[in-house]
Amino acid sequence: MAAPPRSLLVGGAVFAAVALCALLGPYLAPYPYDEMNIMTRLQPPSPTHWFGTDEFGRDVLSRMLFGARISLLMGIGATLVSLAIGVPLGLAAGYYRGRVDETIMRMIDLLISVPPILMGLLILSMTPPNPWKTAFAVGIIYVPIMVRLTRGVTLELASEEFVLAARARGERGWYILGAEILPNAWPPIIVESALRVTFAIMLGAALSFLGLGVQPPASDWGLMIAEARPFIDAAPWVALAPGTVLCITVIAVNLMGDGLRDLLDPRLKRGRG
Amino acid sequence: MLLYTLKRLAYVAVILAVMSVLIFWATQVMPGDVAQMIVGQFATDEQVRAVRAKLRLDDPVYVQYLRWAGGLLRGDLGLSLMMDRPIAPLIAEAIQRSAVLAGISIVLIAALGIWLGVHSAVRKGKPIDHAISVGSYFFISVPEFFWAIVVILLFAGYLGWLPATGYAALSEGWWQWLKHIVLPVATLVLGLVAHVSRLTRSSMIETMQSQYVTAARAKGLPESVVIRRHALRNALVPTITVLAIDVGLLMGGIVVVETVFSYPGLGRLLIFAIEQKDIPMVQAGILTVTAVYAIANLAADLLYAFFNPRIRYGRAAA
Repeated sequence: MAAPPRSLLVGGAVFAAVALCALLGPYLAPYPYDEMNIMTRLQPPSPTHWFGTDEFGRDVLSRMLFGARISLLMGIGATLVSLAIGVPLGLAAGYYRGRVDETIMRMIDLLISVPPILMGLLILSMTPPNPWKTAFAVGIIYVPIMVRLTRGVTLELASEEFVLAARARGERGWYILGAEILPNAWPPIIVESALRVTFAIMLGAALSFLGLGVQPPASDWGLMIAEARPFIDAAPWVALAPGTVLCITVIAVNLMGDGLRDLLDPRLKRGRG
Repeated sequence: MLLYTLKRLAYVAVILAVMSVLIFWATQVMPGDVAQMIVGQFATDEQVRAVRAKLRLDDPVYVQYLRWAGGLLRGDLGLSLMMDRPIAPLIAEAIQRSAVLAGISIVLIAALGIWLGVHSAVRKGKPIDHAISVGSYFFISVPEFFWAIVVILLFAGYLGWLPATGYAALSEGWWQWLKHIVLPVATLVLGLVAHVSRLTRSSMIETMQSQYVTAARAKGLPESVVIRRHALRNALVPTITVLAIDVGLLMGGIVVVETVFSYPGLGRLLIFAIEQKDIPMVQAGILTVTAVYAIANLAADLLYAFFNPRIRYGRAAA
């Protein structure tokens, strides 16, 4: 295996730093995320409050560290949901083909014919929002991509000799799928997952921004930006700080995904959707 | 081509029928009582009963669905709970404003994206290509709602050139109208133009290496003619597909952008309806957006088939 590409190292290092901050958030935060102080409303960045304070006098840095956890977990959680649903369906469609394939792919076509954010709105508008539901809604949106990808890889692998050998040994279908095909199908799926995480973080933040994700007083980066919106002229730092961190995180994961793609799957070096 | 068009039209009808069931079902499976949710947890029993009677929630589910779907077919989308007015005119008005926003944006995204893509492909490896590549990487990584905040801060707050929010009808003068629409359009374009430019670039680079481009050059045609008449036409076919995908993303973007800029379009109406738990409005809004999306996809598929005869005769590629 070649040396890891630079984009993977840089992206990975930045993402690891963000993830570490998210993980250690409660210990690193100088103030509790929900501690209000009317005396220190909308203060600009200073040595006591590195990123200033918001309209309730809450420390922006502390809220960002707290929000990092939810934003990252929503992105990763959503991707795991799309993997958990999409990969088995794709394996089944690609291996059994015929009627199974037809049924699964028609369902997927239907899912694709709904604009991405609407699927989220439909799920979230009907029940009281919470971040896990948002992650689930975002995950559902990415199921079609995972199914199509896994199906394509499975179709290719199903005619390989080691699969035919397993069949000849009389192995069961689920064994062949789980033990023979899946371990060989991982590389493109991992690459796609890494790229999905960035879209999921952005979409999750957008839904929180619209009030359909995390609920106050808890917060993620999207909701922080929404809450800062009315005071944007007086206190731009309340929105700019989480927004900038969000962008840095997304760029880092994007770099990581591109690097992983070059490392694991040189065949996929074309445009991505 | 006619058969293909009819097939695709039938498919759109199927999608809308299935979606109408799904949307209706989603309002049925939610935990708790719809009526209770609408009036709030501190409402009296009479209030709850009144809402139940008004929405006729005591009928069997399939009767409720058929009544709703029957109304849809007659163009009757029901009554908005929060405004107590028919939904259809409200949506019709909002969708016109959203269409203006979407139309201007998609034209700019296509024009600007193709222009940038061709420029960086032709100057592959030169500094300008690197600048465009790094720029599009950055633009792809910034969510619309953050762009919205940044452009408001810059052009409305810091420079004070444009209004931060709101909407002006054309009747109030085109200058007023333009001033209100610049920032929402700019936000949408910034967020999506990189998709088109990146794809156009890679597809253009591939085409420029093909034999017919070499042949055109060997004929002694000027490079600008080779690019415009020979390479670009073929390179644009995949761009049509990505534009169709972008229409879907644009709709999501419009929901966000309309909310940030208080632009009274369909997206803002939908979010408002969700906040107010105006369920008939939510149902109608989501179904309308699905219909618009299905028609946009249909248009993209037809355009694609028009440019690419292989699809017209064979099985339609997904």
